[in-house]
Amino acid sequence: MWSILLSSNTQWVLLSTMILGIAAGMVGCIAYFKRQNLMSDALSHAALPGVVIAFILFAEKQLYVLIIGAAVSALCGALFIQAVSTSTRISEDASMGMVLAVFYGLGIMLLTIANRMVSGNQSGLVSFIYGQAAAMVRSDMYTMILLALAVVFILFLLLKEWKVYLFDGGFAKGIGLSVRGMDLLYIGILVTTIVIGIQAVGVILMAALMITPAVSARYWTKTFAMMLLLSALFGGISGAVGTLITALWSGLPTGPFIVVVASSLFIFSLLFGKEKGIVLRFIEQSRQRKTIEAREVG
Amino acid sequence: MRDIVLQVNHLAAAYRKNTVLHDVNFTVRAGSLTGIVGPNGAGKSTLIKTLLQLHPALSGEIRFYQTTYQKAKDKIGYVPQRGSVDWDFPTTALDVVTMGLYRKIGWLKWPRAKHKAKAYEALEKMGMADYANRQISQLSGGQQQRVFLARALVQDADMYFMDEPLVGVDAATERAIMAILKELKKAGKTVLVVHHDLQTVSEYFDHVMLLNRTVINYGKTEVVFTKENIAKTYGGNMRWMGEEEQNVVHSVK
Repeated sequence: MWSILLSSNTQWVLLSTMILGIAAGMVGCIAYFKRQNLMSDALSHAALPGVVIAFILFAEKQLYVLIIGAAVSALCGALFIQAVSTSTRISEDASMGMVLAVFYGLGIMLLTIANRMVSGNQSGLVSFIYGQAAAMVRSDMYTMILLALAVVFILFLLLKEWKVYLFDGGFAKGIGLSVRGMDLLYIGILVTTIVIGIQAVGVILMAALMITPAVSARYWTKTFAMMLLLSALFGGISGAVGTLITALWSGLPTGPFIVVVASSLFIFSLLFGKEKGIVLRFIEQSRQRKTIEAREVG
Repeated sequence: MRDIVLQVNHLAAAYRKNTVLHDVNFTVRAGSLTGIVGPNGAGKSTLIKTLLQLHPALSGEIRFYQTTYQKAKDKIGYVPQRGSVDWDFPTTALDVVTMGLYRKIGWLKWPRAKHKAKAYEALEKMGMADYANRQISQLSGGQQQRVFLARALVQDADMYFMDEPLVGVDAATERAIMAILKELKKAGKTVLVVHHDLQTVSEYFDHVMLLNRTVINYGKTEVVFTKENIAKTYGGNMRWMGEEEQNVVHSVK
């Protein structure tokens, strides 16, 4: 069992899912304050048809080909959401729900067709639904790590820009920050993180890896920078531990295990978090009650 | 004329269904402190947002300092309505004030100690030094407004637009804000404030703009702020509080 851990391939897989978790956790913080938690869900589902179409067209399973397909398809989804919510009376969350269902349905349909068309080679595509980190080859991992690091770098470099953009967009515009530029950048890093993550985590659960660390981090800190760091930490731990579990028992899908780890961290934060965690709030409340009762008696 | 800092000609703006502003014309002189008053839905906030290109103009011309808004941007500060932002955002009062310095700091650079010191100074001026490291969600409405004003102060602009800074704040905060506005005026800055309380207009502002979809009247307060003009702005049925003072309950000062 431990020999698996010591193999350099496993170590590379661990490293790439950890860095993926870090990037996803940080991007999740931005989505959280954009109040677009459903956006990452919609876009990760929207990536599926692109993956399959790229596979059908080029008949190979190289990650960068599939990533480009996924990115194009996810961006189409994003454009669709924006077009529907600005030009019709359908609200943003409804249009996200629509895009999610329509694109995912299309993706599954194409997947069935692809499986019939190309024999033998097809089995790998199904791993894009639940994620199969062990199926990644070394060059895939390099691509993943490089892109994830780029996303992390952009987030850190533009820390104060993100802050003012998320807190007060009108003011940001007034001081000369291009809000449209930030919008595009946000969609850019969101889509990048999603597409590099779908091979390891899968389209269904990719969104959970973005949102769960962010909401967990919210329970521990008062500042945005610290929230980004904590969310990165939670995401990184989820990615690494989830992969570790699936590496020890081969054949397990990675996505669900990563998300289970992330959810455990969330439940812990929800209960024991320093900022309005349930237990702490209960203790503070009962302490307050006691002081008031003591005063009334005395 | 050199002391004209804002000139607006035939400005119109609309939301999807209805025109909110039409044929708006006025000129603002340097160093004036203007109260913009008018009934609900008169387009007061829309006017400010349109001037600052936060809302599209349908037609008309806007000149800041004899040039376009884009070129004069550096000289203009904006204090939005308090309710327009997410106060639950995890950040401190000092951090919000530092946002006023972002352009000076330069994009892609992180704020340094001297910037924080400057932001702290502005908070001190607003009587908020003790709350510098307080999370903004834990501030009261008045304190949040003071933070917003401090952020505008560090911008060190020449012209300020403020959208209802006095709504929902206590008497002490109102006095603090008015003291700062007077100080800005004394320093030669131009300030335009959306205001709700007709009773305090004469006391607070040297210029007044009566707005109801268009400018009903604009000029020096003692000239423009008359019973007739107010009636015209508010649709005639409005009984101005100054009219029968014996029946008016004054707020505690």
